[in-house]
Amino acid sequence: MRLWMLIIAAIILSVISLFVGAIDIKPSDLLDWDSDKTQIFLISRVPRLMAIILAGAGMSIAGLIMQSLSRNKFVSPTTAGTLDAAKLGIIISMLFFTNVTYLQQIVFSFAFALVGTIIFMQLLDRIKFKDVIFIPLIGIMYGNILSAITTFLGYESDILQNVQSFFMGSFTLVVSGRYELLYIAIPAVILAYLYANKFTVAGMGEDFAKNLGLSYKAVLNLGLVLVAIISTTVVLTVGVIPFLGLIVPNIVSIYMGDNLRKTIPHTILLGMVFLLACDIFSRLVVYPYEIPVNLTVAVIGSAIFLVMLFRGKAYAK
Amino acid sequence: MRNNSTKLIMLIVIAVVFILLFAFYNIQGGFSYAFPRRLVRIGAMIITGIAISYATIMFQTITHNRILTPSIMGIDSMYEVVQTIIFFVLGSASVFVVNRFLNFGMAIIAMVIFALILYRFLFRADKHPIYLLLLAGMIIGVLLGSFVSFLQVIIDPVEYLSLQNVLFASFTNVKSELLYISMAILGASFIYGARILKDLDVMSLGRETAINLGVNYDKIVLKVLVLSSILIATSTALVGPITFLGLIVSNLAYQYIVTYKHSVLIVAASLISIIALVGGQFLVLHIFDLNTTISVIINFVGGIYFIYLLLKESRAAG
Repeated sequence: MRLWMLIIAAIILSVISLFVGAIDIKPSDLLDWDSDKTQIFLISRVPRLMAIILAGAGMSIAGLIMQSLSRNKFVSPTTAGTLDAAKLGIIISMLFFTNVTYLQQIVFSFAFALVGTIIFMQLLDRIKFKDVIFIPLIGIMYGNILSAITTFLGYESDILQNVQSFFMGSFTLVVSGRYELLYIAIPAVILAYLYANKFTVAGMGEDFAKNLGLSYKAVLNLGLVLVAIISTTVVLTVGVIPFLGLIVPNIVSIYMGDNLRKTIPHTILLGMVFLLACDIFSRLVVYPYEIPVNLTVAVIGSAIFLVMLFRGKAYAK
Repeated sequence: MRNNSTKLIMLIVIAVVFILLFAFYNIQGGFSYAFPRRLVRIGAMIITGIAISYATIMFQTITHNRILTPSIMGIDSMYEVVQTIIFFVLGSASVFVVNRFLNFGMAIIAMVIFALILYRFLFRADKHPIYLLLLAGMIIGVLLGSFVSFLQVIIDPVEYLSLQNVLFASFTNVKSELLYISMAILGASFIYGARILKDLDVMSLGRETAINLGVNYDKIVLKVLVLSSILIATSTALVGPITFLGLIVSNLAYQYIVTYKHSVLIVAASLISIIALVGGQFLVLHIFDLNTTISVIINFVGGIYFIYLLLKESRAAG
């Protein structure tokens, strides 16, 4: 697949995304700057498009970073407890402060996502048996334990329902003023691009990286911080979008190989295209209502992951 | 063997103590109101505990492992998938919904078919390593779970309400009308299963040896798959899915009781299940005074135990 094909697909899907919705807006309506339709377009449609693009690109890059750092194709925010830790952070911030502010939620969620991922990476270091399948298996279980704690706390304080609707990944509620946090993903993605080669080297192991003159700890920490930032911003603004960070980098790696400098642009674009397509589908399937995009992503994503597991055993090694 | 029987008697004593505590502890005021309700819950917990232990131990023998369980392979999510599809395609007025027996029968047939396909696909001549199967099972569970939610979101809201009525069972919301059906199914499966337990003892020696000793291996595998699907369907319909119970109790039973006899193992695992469910629920409700359902705690403890088992296995393998 060529880069320009992905760019064209992204542009076409973006335009479709802008003009799909309960209220029929035609491009010609936008000529009248003060009309209601133009307002809807600017307050709802454009922010939604931006949110999808940022979340799609961000989650894919977060997955890519984790895969190169752990040198395991199946490690991602979904399969390493990062998203579950971020959720746990949000619920604890709700329990701590009676009137929790946005900033407090961000800080807690970020701290938990970071610590949660670091704990998992530490666990990885301890495990001698680094089987490509075994690691994500442990990671998913670790995530389940974290989310059992979240459910427990939610039950005890009667905010479970609140929390469940909060994490239902959906772009429905994205309007201007509610998604701007996602722009943090842009510098994170740029940093990831600049440090791409170093992540690859760091993934080779501490001794090897130090031999090549790389400050291993610093690069590793930067990578984990970037993953935690991206995951937190996505979870807080649109909710949990599973499998995206897992399958997109893997698909790119199948046709492009593993040179990060080259694969990052593809990963970003494919992440956008995939999420845009899922979102448009979710908006059309019960039109004029819509279903949460994370369901569409989970159904398609887990199916693709299963195919990868069985077909791609040779490739994953 | 004498040692095992004392162990079993101890388990029985503990189980009975917890059941009595659960039934009579701190009943205030309306005895006639609270007592029958408590009995229904105890009944549901006992049936669930036995059904899951029975199904898990047989399943683990035919798959030659101690980590995979029917629930981990996604078979209990299949129950929800079947019910949702029935509502989605046929509607809540269909005879397959209104008639409890037809509904249950249809769900079980679909689950058996699913289990057979899964078994054929995953256990082809033991080609796939166990970790791959585990991960695949979990992802299949996620896939089925999200597919169910997906259908539930796009289903007609009125239909959804009646679907909820069928699906959302838990220990606090036991479907008491299903209690007698479940008891009958459990009893029938014991009568049917009694004849294959001895064959299972031989099958734990391995496929080739078992066939050599005159066991009709593939036929027994098929019977076990059918039986365990029926049992899991029964427990899921009664109290909802409990993913890790089977894993915990079967492994505790293997550790606690040293025997190859399935009849003894199943009794032990069932008793441990009853202790875990009734005792756990009692402690949660009355001693710690929490609102949480026991399944959340089982998932938490089970998750940790699962990681522990995996790490132990991997050390043995690596």
